[in-house]
Amino acid sequence: MTADRAAQPVLRVESGEKETVLHLAGRLDDATVAACWDEALGAVSAARDVRVDCAGVDYCGGAGFALLVALEEAAGRHGARVRVEGLAARFRELYDGLEREKLRAAPEPERGHGGWVADVGYITSERAGDWRAEAEFVGEVGAGLVSLARHPRTLRLREWWRIVEKAGSNALPIVGLVSFLTGVIIAFQAAMPMRQFGVDIFVVNLVALAITRELGPIMTAIVLAGRTGSAFAAEIGTMKVNEEVAALTTMGLSPVRFLAVPRVLAGIAVTPLLTVYSMAAGIAGGLVVLMLIDFPLATLMNQLSGALELQDIAAGLIKSFFFGAVVAGVGCLRGLRTGAGPAAVGDSTTRSVVTSIFLIVVLDAIFAVVYYNIDF
Amino acid sequence: MDADHIVEVRGLTAGYAGQAVLHDINFRVRRGEIFMILGGSGSGKSTLLKNMIGLYPAMSGEVFIGGDDIVGARGAAREKILRKFGVMYQGGALFGSMSLEGNVALPLEEWTRLPAAARALLARLKLQQVGLDGFAGYLPSEISGGMQKRAAVARAMALDPALLFLDEPSSGLDPVTSAELDELIRSLSRNLGITFVIASHELSSIFAIADRVIMLDGGGIVAEGDPRELRDRPTNDYVRAFFHHGKERAAA
Ligand SMILES: Nc1ncnc2c1ncn2[C@@H]1O[C@H](COP(=O)(O)OP(=O)(O)OP(=O)(O)O)[C@@H](O)[C@H]1O
Ligand SMILES: [Mg+2]
Repeated sequence: MTADRAAQPVLRVESGEKETVLHLAGRLDDATVAACWDEALGAVSAARDVRVDCAGVDYCGGAGFALLVALEEAAGRHGARVRVEGLAARFRELYDGLEREKLRAAPEPERGHGGWVADVGYITSERAGDWRAEAEFVGEVGAGLVSLARHPRTLRLREWWRIVEKAGSNALPIVGLVSFLTGVIIAFQAAMPMRQFGVDIFVVNLVALAITRELGPIMTAIVLAGRTGSAFAAEIGTMKVNEEVAALTTMGLSPVRFLAVPRVLAGIAVTPLLTVYSMAAGIAGGLVVLMLIDFPLATLMNQLSGALELQDIAAGLIKSFFFGAVVAGVGCLRGLRTGAGPAAVGDSTTRSVVTSIFLIVVLDAIFAVVYYNIDF
Repeated sequence: MDADHIVEVRGLTAGYAGQAVLHDINFRVRRGEIFMILGGSGSGKSTLLKNMIGLYPAMSGEVFIGGDDIVGARGAAREKILRKFGVMYQGGALFGSMSLEGNVALPLEEWTRLPAAARALLARLKLQQVGLDGFAGYLPSEISGGMQKRAAVARAMALDPALLFLDEPSSGLDPVTSAELDELIRSLSRNLGITFVIASHELSSIFAIADRVIMLDGGGIVAEGDPRELRDRPTNDYVRAFFHHGKERAAA
């Protein structure tokens, strides 16, 4: 273990006429063995019988046994034999007990790779199964929400409130900051060119509409995907790995009803509230920029009340319900579909964020088309 | 502490979040013996063990391992003490992303200069000692709970420590595997002189391997000595209940 012990001559090689003799002495522990490993194996590379004299060995640890086995293997590769002599009885017993055959590097277990044809088939059937499972999940969450609406008493309020707190009020600072800065940036970028045409007061209209209809809901949803959806996926994923989800199932409780429904409900409840807050923060950010370029607050408020209609806020809020459901639902689904082992939890978390953001953008595009067509 | 003893616990008070679970614990472990910490579920066996290995800071008291106090040790001094022993946790605590061979080879990689081939061979050798031939390439999630325990014992032994702490090695194992594990512990103790400190409540293991035991109850040590002696001449009611109810149920 220490340097001075490693410096002791543990190995002495004697190449005789008929055989090679390795004299081992002292402590065979990881440090001394590491120091003489290459030399010892080098000495048995010739096709000659080897005698290992262990009479001087007063301690043989695992590394010592590994060395003896490695010597046997190396010699065996060219048909030579190794005799180990003089090993103290207490080590001899362990040494003789080793089953040499089984110490060879074992192949990894089959993990289901049968060439690309099989892979394609496997992935296709997996995907098909995925879609079915996802549709089932959506159905079960929907059914759970309906039954919850009929029997509100069945909601475990304390647990639900904990989720709402974490997903909702704890997100206020970050949602506020991100939205405020978004408002600042838009106002600032727009004010400069619009001032050249003397229409910079209309920056208020621009900010108000962009924030309420698009950016407020989207920013909120993305922040939620990053901090709440991923937390759901990690929490439920860890439960899955620890077999807590299995325990729920065997107790006859549906993991979807028990874990996902309250979280989706929490997502639907807090997202619109956070979105309203985000809209206010974003517009405030825009107004602050305009005040800094010398518009009086009264003028700005006047402009704002003309620019913003209730309909714009409603358009944003309707979206936010769906965004909340998607973010929470995806987080729970990814959590419930976590594989085995801690790495799987990480995978689920990542996938929950990526899938959520993708779906938010897709949903937003759909809303844009629908709103345009119904002239909302 | 004299040369005959490898572990000494002095006035240890330990618990969680300021709440003491164990009060003023004192005992010593002799070099080379198999020492068992007994007690019912929740009596604080794991807590005692975790404090002995320096995982939690003790509320007060000292734990000497090979002459050094682990409670106050920091940095390099602490690392030096940690190298003296191996630990098997109650749940196994194998790294899920690594094969069994990788798990056992990890401490070797970190602490020795053995070449990679030697580390791998040594890891498989340790796995063979715990009867996991042929599973070296498996991930922990691909083997059973009992096999995970044995792999964890193999990992604890990777560096040939003179002292091993095992938390419930045989719980959750079938009687045959459990007896094999006991046999392994005995053979390691006899042949390599390894000292074992084992938390357990398996009566069969206790009588099969323990040289000496302490029994925990109500936050303190209620008995100490040879397990057969304690069974045949229990010093108090708890000790009697512990040994005799178990025996009656085994006989029934
Ligand atoms: N992380 C923790 N935080 C707070 N209290 C704990 C914690 N772990 C254990 N305890 C408490 O400490 C006491 C002793 O627990 P410990 O795990 O040491 O018992 P044990 O004897 O190992 O039981 P078992 O045989 O079930 O493993 C218990 O009363 C438990 O409630
Ligand atoms: Mg325990």
